[in-house]
Amino acid sequence: MTKLRSYIKTFTLWELWQGLSVTFRNFFRTPVTVYYPEEKTPQSPRFRGLHALRRYPNGEERCIACKLCEAVCPALAITIESDVGEDGTRRTTRYDIDLFKCIYCGFCEEACPVDAIVETRIHEYHMESPGENIMTKDKLLAIGDKYDAMISADKAADAKYR
Amino acid sequence: MSVDVVKIEVDGKEVEARKGQMLIEVTDNIGTYIPRFCYHEKLSIAANCRMCLVEVEKAPKPMPACATPVMDGMKVFTRSPAAISAQKATMEFLLINHPLDCPICDQGGECELQDLALGYGRDVSRYQERKRVVKDKDIGPLVSTDMTRCIHCTRCVRFGEEITGLQELGTTERGENMKIGTYVEKSIDHELSGNIIDLCPVGALNNKPYRYSARAWEMVQRESVSPHDCVGSNMFAHVLRGTIKRIVPRQNESINETWLPDRDRFSYEGIYSRDRLLTPRMKAGGVWEDISWEEALKKLAEKVRAADGNKIGILAAPWSTLEELHLLSRLAEHIGTSNIDHRIRRRDFSDQDNDPAVPSLGCSIAELESANAILVVGSNLRKEAPILAHRVRKAALNGCQVNVVNHSEYQYYFDINQHIHGTGLVQELAGIAVAASRGDISGSVASICDGVVPSAAQKAIAESLAAADDAIIFTGLIAARHPAFSAVRALSSAISDATGSRFGSLTEGANSAGAHLAGVLPHRARGGTSRANRGLDAAAIAGGSLDVVMLFGVEPESDLTCIPSAEACLAAQNFVVAMTPYAGESLERAADLLLPVGTFAETAGTFVNCELKWQSFNGVANPVGEARPGWKVLRVLGNLLDAEQFDYQSSEEVRDELAAQIGDFDAAQRYAGTRALAVVNGADSAAEQIDIPIYEVDGVVRRATALQLTPEACRSQGDGS
Repeated sequence: MTKLRSYIKTFTLWELWQGLSVTFRNFFRTPVTVYYPEEKTPQSPRFRGLHALRRYPNGEERCIACKLCEAVCPALAITIESDVGEDGTRRTTRYDIDLFKCIYCGFCEEACPVDAIVETRIHEYHMESPGENIMTKDKLLAIGDKYDAMISADKAADAKYR
Repeated sequence: MSVDVVKIEVDGKEVEARKGQMLIEVTDNIGTYIPRFCYHEKLSIAANCRMCLVEVEKAPKPMPACATPVMDGMKVFTRSPAAISAQKATMEFLLINHPLDCPICDQGGECELQDLALGYGRDVSRYQERKRVVKDKDIGPLVSTDMTRCIHCTRCVRFGEEITGLQELGTTERGENMKIGTYVEKSIDHELSGNIIDLCPVGALNNKPYRYSARAWEMVQRESVSPHDCVGSNMFAHVLRGTIKRIVPRQNESINETWLPDRDRFSYEGIYSRDRLLTPRMKAGGVWEDISWEEALKKLAEKVRAADGNKIGILAAPWSTLEELHLLSRLAEHIGTSNIDHRIRRRDFSDQDNDPAVPSLGCSIAELESANAILVVGSNLRKEAPILAHRVRKAALNGCQVNVVNHSEYQYYFDINQHIHGTGLVQELAGIAVAASRGDISGSVASICDGVVPSAAQKAIAESLAAADDAIIFTGLIAARHPAFSAVRALSSAISDATGSRFGSLTEGANSAGAHLAGVLPHRARGGTSRANRGLDAAAIAGGSLDVVMLFGVEPESDLTCIPSAEACLAAQNFVVAMTPYAGESLERAADLLLPVGTFAETAGTFVNCELKWQSFNGVANPVGEARPGWKVLRVLGNLLDAEQFDYQSSEEVRDELAAQIGDFDAAQRYAGTRALAVVNGADSAAEQIDIPIYEVDGVVRRATALQLTPEACRSQGDGS
């Protein structure tokens, strides 16, 4: 009896059809993968990508050089130097993030009392020569300025959970 | 058990205490911490912050531990629910008006309020009303103010009343409107005022030059010793990435207690002055050129080899380290010259053979406090050694009769028994000597005292010294720079002999005593032994015509005041090499070769202070430019000159070699006046120029920006503000 069943399975290619049934089932399903550069997966507003320094709407830098992000950074990726600013306020004279050291944990963002340093949703960037891994204050502020709308929207979306 | 000892119980633990002691002192001794803001062990008790409330059995309400004397059988609970709730309530009140600006406050991370708020504060404030805002005051270039942060502990006010004696800060109005201020708009001006920065438990009073430049947690704390006076105050340098960010006091009860004079606290700015010499430089055909270390040292060795031993002179600053001075002295021996001196501000060398083997205060710094009578001769004590002035003030408050003899009047903030000034030091001292010895004077000073009739004030000084059990006489730096120093010293010594007082002297820089030990003197070698071939003294070196003159840490115009116009005299010499942290016009005119050496912060070394205490320290900051520690430069120079046994690996090795060589040195050996004195008439006329202002004593201080902006510095520069 077992022998007969085995003969039938062998000649009807039963196992092959069984395997192909998975293939055919998925053939008609909507695919979960995307064609990456052309298509993109959705992102959470909490996505932790490239850093940015923000400004207030009147153009004033938010960062007050409290150095809490530098202190909390587990990878020691942040280096800050501070001094009295032109208007007598506490300001950074240097704000460097080493992207090679950074582990994108988001602690800097959590520690910041004025929401100055943020991790944006930007994750597509590259470096061409040594030294470009250091994000200086100017670069970080430029990113903040350029993507201000996105950062503000993300912050607003996440605000009610904080 | 003696009557004075009582037994109390703290948190169920039995403790013995002195009767009348405050509860907080007892708990501090046994290591039970009670939170506090207004209490400070060096200040009087105000009990106005109410943070130290504890529960005491049978007391209806919580009691402030700082103002509750212990009583026999007292039972105290520091962590009971009643005590904790009282402390939490106090904290809630303190935080009502305290701004939430910790992220930008320099005190953040080292703030007593911040620390205690973590333990006793509520998560969320219940206070809905407006917070108080107080306008900031401008109280000078040293201390920044953010008066909104003030919690009215009044430590700064009590510091002025009790420690300096000059009440610069005070309170106006009361309740919520209470404000700390200077009453009328002015800068704080006392030379110890910077200590209010450390006293302030919050960020209301802070270090102005340091403002916003670093955080407490990111700096490294390194021990150092002050190079600006003969006290050798202990301090910590707070260093961030190799740069000194600020200086704070290091507690040492036998020297500076918990205080630090402003000069020591803020002088570090001079280390980063634009005047710093960054590379070795040589003058070639009247033009300065940067050269390499190798080239510079070779050039120097060449010059030294070519010169006749006797035609080489070495002038070292008295704020050089013991190691540097020892190596200079050894180099001089190797070259074969005795023309080596550190007494760059002394004018009268006539009695140098009677100098004590090593000058000292004659007593320990702490002993000043317990003296019954003190005579300060020729000293602007508050500016010369602020810590000693503070000790003398403490003595005066304890009932000591402090007498001052000086060429002009300087202000002291305590009652002075007799304050003689105006006429010459020598005449005044002669009068006191005559009064002290009741006319029966003999020895070297007899000729000066001949025919002198003491005045009432002079008699009173002599009497107060003679009547005291423990009297101390010391001469200050004005006396040391006096053109008739030998007479001043001989007379002071005669007074001390006649009254049975102890006798000592203040010295220039941090390390004059060290220079004596190392033998940086033309007439004495290491350990105070006489030299067979005595050399030229500082004035003769500066004013002579030598082949090579080596300046170590000395700037001709400001430091070399033993002769007038030293700069021009040096410029006329054949070859002048300066090992110095700073360039500057004066040196550029006088010298032919400049070698950058480190300041006190960049080299390891030892200072011997006025109580002959050896205090070693390590370099705390990275050297600026190509500056190298002085002892290393001298070591390499020694090697280039083929000096034997000059292969030191560390500064400790240099120090230990010197310590072994001088062995059991008789530190008690004091000045003994035996020599007849030269005629001194008219010598007092130059006295006006010999008081060097507090913020001009050495190169580092002269370049400390904030100190140079103080009212004190402006006054001495003649701005009149």
